[in-house]
Amino acid sequence: MKSNYLSEEKGRGGKEFVDPQRIIRDKFQQVRWQEPLVYDIGRPGERGVLLDSAEPEIVDELGEDITNIVPEKMLRKEAPRLPEVGQARVVKHFTRLSEQMSSEDSTICFPLGTCTMKYNPKIHERFVNMPQFTELHPRQDESTVQGVLEIMYKMQEYLKALSGLGAVSLQPACGSQGVFSNARILRAYQEDRGLGLDKKDEIISTVFSHPCNPATPAMSGYKVITLYPDETGYPNIEKFKAAISERTAGMIICCPDDTGIFNPDIAEINRAVHEAGGLTILDSANANGYFGWARAKESGFDMTHWNLHKSFASPHGGAGPGAGPIAVREDLAQYLPVPTVEYDGDKYYLNYDLPKSIGKIRSFYGNIGVVIRSFAWVTSLGKEGMREVTNTAVLNSNYLRTFLEALPGIEVGFDMPQRLHEIRYSLDKIYQDTGFDSDLITQRLNDFGIGGSFTSHHPMIVPNPITPEPTETYSKEEIDEYAAAMKEIVRECYEEPELIEHAPNNCSFPNITEEMANPERQAPCRSVFERVHKGEVK
Amino acid sequence: MKKLGFIVNPFAGIGGSVALKGSDGDEIVEKALALGAVQKAPTRAVQALEELKPYKDSFVFITCHGDMGENEAVAAGFDPQIIGDELGERTKAQDTCNAALKMEEENVDLILFAGGDGTARDIYDTIGTRIPVVGIPAGTKMHSAIYASSPKAAGSLCAMYLNDIVKRTTELEVMDIDEDAFRKGKVIAKLYGALKVPNEPNLTQGMKSGGHASDDSAYLDGISDYVVDDMKEDTLYIIGSGTTCQPVMDKLGLENTLLGVDVVQNKRLLAKDVTENQLKEIVKDKKAIIYVTPIGGQGYIFGRGNQQLSGEVIRMVGTDNVRIIATPSKINSLPKHQLRVDTGDVEVDEMLKGPKRVICNRAEISILDIV
Repeated sequence: MKSNYLSEEKGRGGKEFVDPQRIIRDKFQQVRWQEPLVYDIGRPGERGVLLDSAEPEIVDELGEDITNIVPEKMLRKEAPRLPEVGQARVVKHFTRLSEQMSSEDSTICFPLGTCTMKYNPKIHERFVNMPQFTELHPRQDESTVQGVLEIMYKMQEYLKALSGLGAVSLQPACGSQGVFSNARILRAYQEDRGLGLDKKDEIISTVFSHPCNPATPAMSGYKVITLYPDETGYPNIEKFKAAISERTAGMIICCPDDTGIFNPDIAEINRAVHEAGGLTILDSANANGYFGWARAKESGFDMTHWNLHKSFASPHGGAGPGAGPIAVREDLAQYLPVPTVEYDGDKYYLNYDLPKSIGKIRSFYGNIGVVIRSFAWVTSLGKEGMREVTNTAVLNSNYLRTFLEALPGIEVGFDMPQRLHEIRYSLDKIYQDTGFDSDLITQRLNDFGIGGSFTSHHPMIVPNPITPEPTETYSKEEIDEYAAAMKEIVRECYEEPELIEHAPNNCSFPNITEEMANPERQAPCRSVFERVHKGEVK
Repeated sequence: MKKLGFIVNPFAGIGGSVALKGSDGDEIVEKALALGAVQKAPTRAVQALEELKPYKDSFVFITCHGDMGENEAVAAGFDPQIIGDELGERTKAQDTCNAALKMEEENVDLILFAGGDGTARDIYDTIGTRIPVVGIPAGTKMHSAIYASSPKAAGSLCAMYLNDIVKRTTELEVMDIDEDAFRKGKVIAKLYGALKVPNEPNLTQGMKSGGHASDDSAYLDGISDYVVDDMKEDTLYIIGSGTTCQPVMDKLGLENTLLGVDVVQNKRLLAKDVTENQLKEIVKDKKAIIYVTPIGGQGYIFGRGNQQLSGEVIRMVGTDNVRIIATPSKINSLPKHQLRVDTGDVEVDEMLKGPKRVICNRAEISILDIV
């Protein structure tokens, strides 16, 4: 059934929706291979590779059974339970699985949002796959790895310029590890001044800040004070002042938040924390909202971190690898993880001589591949290009807003008209009217060939949230297509609820319910799953 | 095989659509019907049962005659066992109570009921926390935290409990609103009691906007640790009402008054279920700390369900000695994440207003505005 629902509607400012029936992929059908687990294909004795028997000289030397030369205590008692599958079957198995995945190169993938799923130039993959990088070993002598050290050093310089802060470490392997490193540096700094946890034991954060902002100081022994937003979408300065005391060790927050709202009092708030003897840490995961326009230093922050795999460039949909470099004030450089990458005017070198270092955050030097991609990205964009990234991201997000805000039941929460690179919308009216929550509605997006859509971090302050983030890399047509699909889905919620009820209907995998996400009901591996299935364990 | 009791208040919520702001009392039901109101509780009950249908052979289904369960059960494809007497055309609150009582006699493992705040109150009056319940939201006001977030969620929660997927239960608040006052535009809500509900915060109303698979009991445990660890010698601790304050008394091994105020000194019970006058006597010239928790979904910390803690008592204790406790899920249930006060003493209300610390766990504090 097709109706003229909303056909008269126009977006804000009179923009007309592109006719959904023309633009959306309502015949989309993802491959469904019904592929069993690799353990459930093949048969005993089936092999992918058959090895030749050993040459007579070797048998003469070692005997028929090579297990004779392995110490008894190191021998397994039974063979490992590995799949027994021939080569052709393995190839088909994994090809089928890959066909069931959505791909950055085929979907409009921006709705994953907040993770800033950007276009990642394919040439970056050629860079990182060059043998000059892939054949390096982290234990090589410095003199033989001058090239990669130079890239790391120059990337550090870029990050100093982007933050205005004096020292950088590329070691943390993800955003939360970056925040954790900063939390440890904060604690090391306070303890150095004789202000350990017995004197300063409170960290201030906000409920919209990313979950690692309160979690990592809590792991470091601090109490966390969480501020809730006012009707503006951010906590007013009086709330910060109520939280600040002589026990304040510091503050870790996002700015802007995932709502796209920048706290206009941030400089004054940072000053108030400093007056109480605290350090302030900015979570720059939302840097797409201010690249080249605002910096941690001028906003009054002492430290920050980035997610190179999100805000910069690196494919990230498969959950990694990531890089979460940190930047700190010059006088905090002494606490950075070791080694730091430095340059003496002649050669690049690794400096382990930091007696007050918080230690190693990760083995070796971090995820270099991600750093190389991001280095290429910043180098190709340059200073003006970085500012343009933000301009376009903000424009794209606000362009999408003109459509979404015009749909019945979709609201932009909070009384703050100006938004940056992303907006957290509420679909609560639709939920109240139809019983379909934003999780289900975003799953229906998949039926139009659109990739996974982000709702919100927990706790869900905005009821029934979605947080699309078109970034700077999506075309106007792709944004139009996303908006048209949302328009069609809103219509379906009211007129064809059976299409939403069990969505996605046309994808490789069915609806993932909350119940399936319950950790108490998940088996961490196949052997546990089998035991649960047989009723041996609950 | 587990036994499920099923009760529908067929007139729950009937006042809502015709702006009567509630449905308690025969007169209002008649008025609503005269105004053309349609019964919505039976439909919502059927929606819940449809979620249960795949498991229909794995439990015994017991319900009441006619619209109080039988009709909905049959409509959803069940073949229920009917208990109790035939009912009149207009069922009454007493019918809900009778049904709950009969189900207790039948030793049901769980009661699934459709209704609003009034129905929850009737169930609470009859069975207390002796039998776990799942509430299908079908009323007008729905201030009680016990309800599932939707009829479908009620069905799912029921299925999960009957199939041992959810085994633990938690106590959630039953709220009572004075409907006469509410119709005149004034919200006078009080905590009426608590019902035992299968513990799955994703599916109950208290977490409607949260959706986090968190378990509130860990926070309640943390809060009570914080409060008990912070207790100083000889200081009086006035412990307010509600299910957030209760674990504090449990941790101390002291008897708790769920809907009243108790006083603790040196970790011993000094006075139980005190009145305002008793409190004034007790705190006179002594160092005292008041612990209160906001009412979920509303945010009142004074003036609702704890009128003993009057403006005068708060003045004597000092507004700086008021401490607030609440779990993150309760905070998320508060309108605009704000706290409210209505002590009856405007000056004290003013003194309390502004940003305040709220203890959420051993090492977690939130700042909320009292408005």
